[in-house]
Amino acid sequence: MNWFKLASPAAFYPFAGRLIPRFGLAALVLVLIGFDWGFFLTSDQLGGSNPQKEYYRIIFVHVPAAWMSMWLYLVLAAWSAIGLVFNTRLSFMMAKAVAPTGAIFTFLALWTGALWGRPSWGTYWDWDPRLTSELLLFFLYIGYIALHSAIDDTRRADRAAALLAIVGLVMVPVIFLSINCPDPTQCASLHQRSDPGSIHLSILIPMLSMTLGFWAYSFAAVFARLRTIILTREADSAWAREVIAQEART
Amino acid sequence: MKARQKRLVLIGLALVGVAGATTLALSALQSNISYFFSPSQIMASEHPTDAVFRVGGLVVPDSLARQTDGLTVHFNVTDNAAVVPVSYTGILPDLFSEGQGVVAKGRIGGDGVFYAEEVLAKHDESYMPPEVADTLQTAHVEHLIEQTTGSLKQ
Repeated sequence: MNWFKLASPAAFYPFAGRLIPRFGLAALVLVLIGFDWGFFLTSDQLGGSNPQKEYYRIIFVHVPAAWMSMWLYLVLAAWSAIGLVFNTRLSFMMAKAVAPTGAIFTFLALWTGALWGRPSWGTYWDWDPRLTSELLLFFLYIGYIALHSAIDDTRRADRAAALLAIVGLVMVPVIFLSINCPDPTQCASLHQRSDPGSIHLSILIPMLSMTLGFWAYSFAAVFARLRTIILTREADSAWAREVIAQEART
Repeated sequence: MKARQKRLVLIGLALVGVAGATTLALSALQSNISYFFSPSQIMASEHPTDAVFRVGGLVVPDSLARQTDGLTVHFNVTDNAAVVPVSYTGILPDLFSEGQGVVAKGRIGGDGVFYAEEVLAKHDESYMPPEVADTLQTAHVEHLIEQTTGSLKQ
């Protein structure tokens, strides 16, 4: 299989169409496993030095959504950079298609975080370094979408928004590293650094299942959006007209 | 140089710039963020006297005392070097407990007591079911003692 052939929108359009149901099914299965396991098969509350009650279960949405918000930003910036360097049409379309899904996951992370923070920390929101930098990431996604739609010329919109995406890359490591050092008397964050070793397997596995599910969902949603973008931008080409005519007949 | 190579170099330079900005942002976060003041800083009078600020540290074990009105609580916050007494009227967050991390927002009174308007609890990094946590508890306590003695030595 020649992967470079897929860089052409005409070749990628049917390829993405074939992949959407597969990723959609994978997302459904993985998220259902994660929900069932996370909500019904794990213990009712946490113990030890972090004795959270039932509400800790929001971790199965919150953490995967936060991971996806950062990962999708890396994807957005990478396609933007590839587009700027190689001037490939599909890269810019890919970047544009990723942005709304990334914004949704960032919002989900902030929202579930607020709902989790109220009972455990005692506040919905606090200007702590990680919360603030995640909010800035949300504004970056929104800024990317807004800047892109503010410029009428598609090529210029692509390049301006791509530059914004690359500059915004600063935020991702800041979010990732803006957490507590091990000594709680020294550091400036409500979040604590955790690692797979401090999370019990019965909690870690459904969390990872949800993450993979969100990841598969992202593929399905981004490809569906990408197909619309391809058709809109290639509307004058012969193959796109044929596809549209075919869709109209069925 | 071809146009494509030029663009590659430009993007590379942009990424180097972004990496530099990230390093600066992170070092700023680490060195001079004044999200909260530690009890030692308050003892050294580094805190603002006429503004609301945050104090952060650990709740001293056995220092929590509920007052007769049923809503006001007194407790001490420590960074293992100095202690600040805190008074708070309101509902404490779920994760508030003695020996755990806490961040209180408020002002310091003339009597040296910190009058908090808001008390936030910090959570721990472990996510364990209670029965697993119990078996790990001994190890955790030993680790905490080690950490405390370690920070006292410094």
